[in-house]
Amino acid sequence: MASLWEWANPRKFMTWTDKALPVISIFAAVLFLAGLVWGFFFTPDDYRQGATVKIFYIHVPSAMIAINAWLMMLVASLIWLIRRHHVSVLAAKAAAPVGMVMTLIALASGAIWGKPMWGTYWEWDPRLTSFLILFLFYVGYLALWEAIEDPDTAADLTSVLCLVGSVFAVLSRYAVNFWNQGLHQGASLSLDKAENVADVFWYPALVALAGFVLLFLALVILRTRTEIRARRLHAIEMRERVQG
Amino acid sequence: MIRLLMRDLILALRAGGGFGLGLGFFLILVTLVPFGVGPNSERLAAIAPGVLWVGALLACLLSLDRIFALDYEDGSLDLLATAPVPLEGLVAMKALAHWITTGLPLVIAAPMLGVLLHLDGAAYTWLIVTLLIGTPALSFIGAFGAAITVGLKRGGLLMSLLVLPLYIPTLIFGAEVVRRGAQGFDVMTPLLMQGGISAGAIALLPFAAAAAIRISLR
Repeated sequence: MASLWEWANPRKFMTWTDKALPVISIFAAVLFLAGLVWGFFFTPDDYRQGATVKIFYIHVPSAMIAINAWLMMLVASLIWLIRRHHVSVLAAKAAAPVGMVMTLIALASGAIWGKPMWGTYWEWDPRLTSFLILFLFYVGYLALWEAIEDPDTAADLTSVLCLVGSVFAVLSRYAVNFWNQGLHQGASLSLDKAENVADVFWYPALVALAGFVLLFLALVILRTRTEIRARRLHAIEMRERVQG
Repeated sequence: MIRLLMRDLILALRAGGGFGLGLGFFLILVTLVPFGVGPNSERLAAIAPGVLWVGALLACLLSLDRIFALDYEDGSLDLLATAPVPLEGLVAMKALAHWITTGLPLVIAAPMLGVLLHLDGAAYTWLIVTLLIGTPALSFIGAFGAAITVGLKRGGLLMSLLVLPLYIPTLIFGAEVVRRGAQGFDVMTPLLMQGGISAGAIALLPFAAAAAIRISLR
């Protein structure tokens, strides 16, 4: 029985992803396109929201990925801090920009939907605000990676930041909820829970979500491989400098 | 530990104006706001709780890099880290010294600046109480941010980027308490929440900060 930790071996990771990455990429492309095409062209318009409802197929999956990417980074950072597996922290580093872009997509698509529906691009609604805060956390995490030269120090410090940041991100989420209730009523127009969406919208949304998840997976694997190769290249350069 | 606290306090009081700097910044910020939004007293009263809290937060941020940076540069942080006291306690003492030199003066000065902003009479008590409870959290969260960026050459700006999002919950509850106090509503819920955040920050963040310093000194 192969242990889960064998994945932590960079060479094993590389050979495994060599085979898996094309498959995941193809599935991601197919499901992504299928979900969006199905959602955009083969579902009826909502009787009140009209065609704008279709932004749902981008907005909801990207928002879910944005949150779960941070969760994945948290787990990967913990694994790095506890078991010192380099692949793990590189995966966290690889996931951060993807998560950040997903947060931006969710914010932007929400704003585009909000203008015709709410009459405003931006409202200090708890959900919107906490996404903005999440975006700030991503920016800080990435900036810290960029700022530190020594790779292991950078990995350690960003992991610690990720742990503390997670606690504060959750705190902010609930604080923001509280803050807006104090100011005015919560959003009466927020998207309903998935259960409340009719099946015609629900199935294409599921496909689009699967597409987004696989896309995220493919991008993270690709970027992790790039990071591993960059590390190897760096090691080779150092070795040559010592020998030459 | 107590000697360390005294050392930090004396250094802060002596070393070229580090002490009053945050306070002066707070004063200037609060003076600038009426220039920006106009002298209408009702409008000022409406935004006063938020302005005072944001001002306190920024004034706190301004002096954060002094917590560890000076000691890191002249090498005394290495000595302190190898001293026979737990690094966590050392971090806590340094954060406490930062609070005494920055947070406490802000608490004392805030009511006077509240007058400038026409803060509602009922809110003064709550302003002092909430700042008293909240500013320790600012110092301890800030100490964590300072610890993470201590080894960096240009860590100041990065530190603001890292620390300010962490300040959001404290700010929300703090300003909420004062706002509710001004309007005569019940303030217990946000006050207790803020107390919880402060207690949590004081209890847990020294460990994270000490871990960050150990990594930076490696």
